[in-house]
Amino acid sequence: MSGETARPDLLVDVLKRALARGATEADGFLVEEQSFSASVRLGQVDTVTHSREQRLSLRVFAGRSSAAASTSDLSRASLERVVDEATALARVTAEDPCAGLPDPATLAAEIPDLELWDDAPDLAPEDKIALARRAEAAALEADPRITNSEGAEAWDRRGHYVYATSHGFARGYATSSFGLSVSPVAAADGEMQRDSWYSAARRRAALEAPESIGRTAAARTVRRLGGRKVKTAEVPVIFDPDTAASLVRAIAGAASGPSLYRRASFLLDRLGTRIGSPLVTIVDDGRIPRALGSRPFDGEGLATGRTVLVDGGVLASYLLDSYSARKLGMASTHHAARDGSGVGVTTTNLVLQPGAASPEDLIRSVGRGLYVTELIGFGVNGVTGDYSRGAAGLWIEGGALAYPVQEVTVAGNLLEMLAAVEGVGNDLVLRDRTAAPTLLVGRMVVAGD
Amino acid sequence: MTALARMSPERFFADRFDVTPAAMERLLGGSLAGRVDDADLYLEYRVNEELVLEENVVKKASRHVSQGAGVRAQADVRTGYAHTDDISLPNLEEAARQARAIADASSRSGVVAVAGRGRPHDLYTLPEPPIVTDLARKLDLLRKVDAAAREADPRVRQVIATLASEEVVMLIATASGWTVGDVRPLTRLSVTVIAEEGTRREIGAYGGGGRVPFDFFLEEQRWKRFAGEAARQAVLKLRAVDAPAATMTVVLGPGWPGILLHEAVGHGLEGDFNRKGVSAFAGRLGQKVASELVTVVDDGTMPNRRGSLNVDDEGTPTGRTVLIERGVLTGYMQDRLNARLMGMPPTGNGRRESYAHPPLPRMTNTFMLAGEDDPADILRSVRSGLYAVAFGGGQVDITSGKFVFSASEAYLIEDGRITAPVKGATLIGNGPDALTRVTRVGRDLALDEGIGTCGKDGQSVPVGVGLPTIRIDGMTVGGTQV
Repeated sequence: MSGETARPDLLVDVLKRALARGATEADGFLVEEQSFSASVRLGQVDTVTHSREQRLSLRVFAGRSSAAASTSDLSRASLERVVDEATALARVTAEDPCAGLPDPATLAAEIPDLELWDDAPDLAPEDKIALARRAEAAALEADPRITNSEGAEAWDRRGHYVYATSHGFARGYATSSFGLSVSPVAAADGEMQRDSWYSAARRRAALEAPESIGRTAAARTVRRLGGRKVKTAEVPVIFDPDTAASLVRAIAGAASGPSLYRRASFLLDRLGTRIGSPLVTIVDDGRIPRALGSRPFDGEGLATGRTVLVDGGVLASYLLDSYSARKLGMASTHHAARDGSGVGVTTTNLVLQPGAASPEDLIRSVGRGLYVTELIGFGVNGVTGDYSRGAAGLWIEGGALAYPVQEVTVAGNLLEMLAAVEGVGNDLVLRDRTAAPTLLVGRMVVAGD
Repeated sequence: MTALARMSPERFFADRFDVTPAAMERLLGGSLAGRVDDADLYLEYRVNEELVLEENVVKKASRHVSQGAGVRAQADVRTGYAHTDDISLPNLEEAARQARAIADASSRSGVVAVAGRGRPHDLYTLPEPPIVTDLARKLDLLRKVDAAAREADPRVRQVIATLASEEVVMLIATASGWTVGDVRPLTRLSVTVIAEEGTRREIGAYGGGGRVPFDFFLEEQRWKRFAGEAARQAVLKLRAVDAPAATMTVVLGPGWPGILLHEAVGHGLEGDFNRKGVSAFAGRLGQKVASELVTVVDDGTMPNRRGSLNVDDEGTPTGRTVLIERGVLTGYMQDRLNARLMGMPPTGNGRRESYAHPPLPRMTNTFMLAGEDDPADILRSVRSGLYAVAFGGGQVDITSGKFVFSASEAYLIEDGRITAPVKGATLIGNGPDALTRVTRVGRDLALDEGIGTCGKDGQSVPVGVGLPTIRIDGMTVGGTQV
């Protein structure tokens, strides 16, 4: 597979056929993907998976009504069926004055090379398996209390994406991504704990070294041994970078167009107002070279860019596709996402901007509280901002990490939590599509004994 | 679309893709025989339809077709899996070549798989599969749901109603010469309501379905009940008070709160985690892990249920596995690989999201058997506690055993009486310990309405849960009221 985009003609033909079948306008995308994954466990190969997939998705408009259809079968007969089904479905959906493609004049004119494709030659499967083995071995050797493993996995994915509209836009780009992860298990005194660490990147050479991933995974796992419940208390809570990133995702979800026009968001009617502490600035940037969330244009062909979502605590922008923008009487912010069923909103590289304090400074500053390293469950209410999730981490006593904590919950309300942000760390690393530095929330309820 | 269900899976794949059971067996025999402990070839054709109503009108309609094949080869603990979305013999041969590469590296275990032979069940043959039901009837139902939810209360501001229908045709051939197919209908009606009063805004959600025909939603006016429940829940939450933050007595209502079992014990009793020794329940067969009042079953053979299957995704007929009997751990849920490696029989729990995923041990319908208590007595027995009747999702860390599940409708219990509704809160517990604290079990076992989806290793599959009213002494409730 090369970095060239493939088969825009196939898609363009499908769009033409849709117009011939009575559609007033149409757009669609074609994805072709090849992926590989190898997992090893305790040094032995566990599962090796090869895959090759393709999917063509089509959206048609009959005036202001629309419908979608998709197929993984790209034979002529199947594509004709997809067009017929979509045009037939569009006749049964209701007229919607906000439906329609973006103005063709606003579509991306230039497609920059964001360096999302790895030109380096692919490795042989045995060499990928060896990477997973090295990462797991480093974890197993790091500490005698690492006694077992859920395994290590090396994966890669290469894909081509083409988007086209019936107005003549047909552009594409190619992406590659690579990952390596390890999940060791530690045991002591009849108790078991697991944790994990991973690295992911657009280029294989940018992955963290296997040994380093393994050692980090081992250290994260071992430090959970001896975890206990704490007494229920209202205390400062510090979120490590990965758990802080999950809070940023929740805020982006509430700022996204579909949540807003459905009135299902705690950020409704708050644009331009203060929603958090001045320390909080969140930026979405789709054009960071080689970053995992980058893309040259959004799911409707609109050029990506840099959007300041929260600026010094003030909600500065929503995240909109063209439909939700029309619903709200605003302009698209070029955040359209595509899946087979239609258009939604997605972020690109979403980042809580770093502050000045080191994580150690933040821990010292609170004296006593909870340092959270893992959150589980689905206890976030996007309509009210009410927040209650299972947590594990370390107790902070005397301004230092004292002992591991488990089987507790952290609860509050996202708006109150944002207002109570008292510190943002200087330890930002753009490890994934959403990233944050260490984050200190002045007061939350930790429920335990 | 033609009624796929009227055609056998064997005939379907032979007609459409020119792949016959004989060709599948030749491929398994030729490329894989003698080099592996087990192998199979899985073909799948899936059609999904989704209709969404919001702001009083049906705005979204979509239809998706996906098809593909997965070839798996296993030697000792190793699995090679290759899949393609182009079902043709040359492609399948290429996939088989990739899959068996894992077997060439070193030797076989010598333990040959036992195929899960046995007659497939007949749990969901329908007069009319939901995917073929006339669109006009479906659209009409969504409009009626919308009107019913809005009529339920003037504070209802938004209604989103979704009707999803699916049909999957699968055919699997295993190296031991067993070929079996299945045609699986599935449908679900979901209703989400946003209610507003003053500056407060809340969400309520309800729904149901199963491997049932479209008319299921019309029987007993289920559609109306779903709409009413979603509206009632949203409106109720408008006046909910902060949930307590404390370890306290919790009473769970019947039905969907069975998600407790799914998280607290279900995942921890899946074969793979136990074979690898990474589950908090590993090596505990025969030990007491719950109160004597507790018997937990996983049953994939219940007619028309969302979690049921005639055969699992490895061709093994599903069964009824007693996981915990009167408090004692009695069984694990197995797929063929883990059953073989643990020297146990496969239980018909090998499931996969689609042809693009290798099977894993997964739950089907998981529930606790009824006890003898009157549910009202159970509530009356609690001086101070929490009564939770509806939940969102849950999650478990199978190694430490810690699990959570989030209440979306709950009330305080004061002096044996249900009082104020409280805001959503996450409940947290320890799997091997939580069910030892069950002190009362009601006689009102109910299964959920048919909405559950379970995720594991990035694979989602439909499941069911069930529970009678139970009392648990000492669960941590993660509210904000200290």
